[in-house]
Amino acid sequence: MRYAFWPGCVSKGGTPELYPTATSVAEKVGMELVELDQATCTGAGALGEHDPKLVDVLNARTFALAEREGLDTLLTICSTCQGVMAAVNYRLREQPEYLAEINETLREEGLEYKGTLTVTHMMWALVEEVGIDHLKTMVFRPLRGVKIAPFYGCYILRPRYVLGMNEHPNRENYLEKLIEAVGAEPVDYEGKSKCCGFPILTINNDTAVTMVGNHSSEAKENGAHVMVTPCPLCHLNLDGYQPNASSKRGNNINLPVLHLPQMIGAALGFNETELHLKRHIISTDSFVEMSGIQRA
Amino acid sequence: MQANLKIQRYDPEVGEEPRYDSHQLDLPEYATVLDALLQIRDDVDGSLAMRASCRSAICGSCSMRINGEARLACKTLIANIVQVEGAEVTIEPMGNMPVVKDLVVDMSMFWDKVQKIQPGLLPKTPEPEREFIVSNDSMLDLATALNCIMCGACVSDCTVLEVDKEFIGPAALAKAYRFSNDPRDNATDLRLDLYSQENYIWSCTRCFQCVQVCPKDVAPMEKIMSLRKQTIEAGHTNNPGTRHTQAFADSIRKTGRLDEIRLTVKAFGITNITAMIQLIPIGWRAFRHKKMPHLLPKSISSIKNVRRIMDKLGNE
Ligand code: SF4
Ligand code: SF4
Ligand code: FES
Repeated sequence: MRYAFWPGCVSKGGTPELYPTATSVAEKVGMELVELDQATCTGAGALGEHDPKLVDVLNARTFALAEREGLDTLLTICSTCQGVMAAVNYRLREQPEYLAEINETLREEGLEYKGTLTVTHMMWALVEEVGIDHLKTMVFRPLRGVKIAPFYGCYILRPRYVLGMNEHPNRENYLEKLIEAVGAEPVDYEGKSKCCGFPILTINNDTAVTMVGNHSSEAKENGAHVMVTPCPLCHLNLDGYQPNASSKRGNNINLPVLHLPQMIGAALGFNETELHLKRHIISTDSFVEMSGIQRA
Repeated sequence: MQANLKIQRYDPEVGEEPRYDSHQLDLPEYATVLDALLQIRDDVDGSLAMRASCRSAICGSCSMRINGEARLACKTLIANIVQVEGAEVTIEPMGNMPVVKDLVVDMSMFWDKVQKIQPGLLPKTPEPEREFIVSNDSMLDLATALNCIMCGACVSDCTVLEVDKEFIGPAALAKAYRFSNDPRDNATDLRLDLYSQENYIWSCTRCFQCVQVCPKDVAPMEKIMSLRKQTIEAGHTNNPGTRHTQAFADSIRKTGRLDEIRLTVKAFGITNITAMIQLIPIGWRAFRHKKMPHLLPKSISSIKNVRRIMDKLGNE
């Protein structure tokens, strides 16, 4: 399957371990990625707070770039990019007149969005296109005995109508399915579908850090050895600010947080360097040990 | 249709921990959660405490958590739930508010917050001689916000209220939008000033939970986003929220991408010395783990087109 690929800014910036791992996993499972190097930031939900139309134009531009490559599906590896793009696509496809107005702005660059694109996240594509059964046959190193807490993040769960949940109601459980597919055990906890707090990190630091502490502690208390997320922004907060959450709570939470492609890659046989596990704030040593990942 | 209702029971006056009672019921296809609860209360256990009145999604009394999500019991068909989520249906009181007994919560906090946003028109004085005629369009814009039945579902499931009790919350802010955008109101600027203060619009994390659970499609979060835009346009910009969204635009104009370092510094405000000092260990931590973003990120080669689009849309 060939996809137009939008990696998101953070997969190469704040969480540089994500991009190389995700692209290697994609290659291994047979996803051909055509990266859109002229695409822009989606606005991550924040830009729309003062300029919602700009968000629609910038993302329509990205969609037009994908169409120009002759592709009909755009793949993301970030829940936030996924949510923003899915919402823009929904708006544009529902309102042809508005789409025409947006296209006016793109014309000077020779671009036009025809409204043919589907936006999908790697997590969805792994389940819906690669398939759980097929993925299982590729598992080289089952993560037996590892208890993994799924953390979805908001933008890949809500609002349902934008994210195709009516057609794919199980999308709310894909992380659990993937955790099982790699031979690990999913850990259930309430926080898995709540907000990580990242969007207001600079606005209300206390709230953001409290959320990190609540979710990681709850997952840990329910027996998780690691957490896994399809969203690099959630990762930035849950991993990057976990030390702050620990000092706030006065106990060392110490729960490693994986990006989804790292969990898949670990099961596909990647070694520690290929998984870029040294680039985490919370040490992943216990996970490496437990899953028998080769050290570099 | 067979369903198993697991109902949370709790009476703080007795002081025991909350417990769950299970009831196996045979229900008609058209039964709502409320029908089932009333059947239990009438036939099995008269001590079950709950609120309901209209039975038709109008009065807003019967909000409760059904399989972990706040919904109106009278609007929720058991058949739909069972079909998608399985035959066991868990019923709990709303969240973020203290439980009075079983499924009844104390909503004073909800009402107090609504009171704070000035929930009433503040018209021009002196009183007009005759009725105030408003345009259809302006009322259409308010229609979704006016649909609110004050059921509390959004407040129950708001992820910020869970950790920050000071946050004014989704229902009050949807109400705030309703009044500040009413053409008969004459206090828009005062309102926008109030709403841009701490604990109001900028405390929301944009988690969509309120949009998802609202039974009346009020979409409180979208109203909050509109208020953010309106407060910025009205010049109430001296707050971290405005700096944050503005920093996104600056970064995209510069490189087309997110420049995380400058974004963070700008969002906190470079003159915010405490924040800058707090950022140092965080930056050092990132650096040590080889995850420091580029100090001088490159622009995409078609950046001119992006800037032209931004100019054209008047984004400065
Ligand atoms: S979007 Fe904002 S107001 Fe709505 S539930 Fe989430 S944090 Fe609360
Ligand atoms: S906004 Fe919706 S969920 Fe919130 S109180 Fe009003 S009707 Fe209920
Ligand atoms: S009983 Fe009135 S809204 Fe449900």
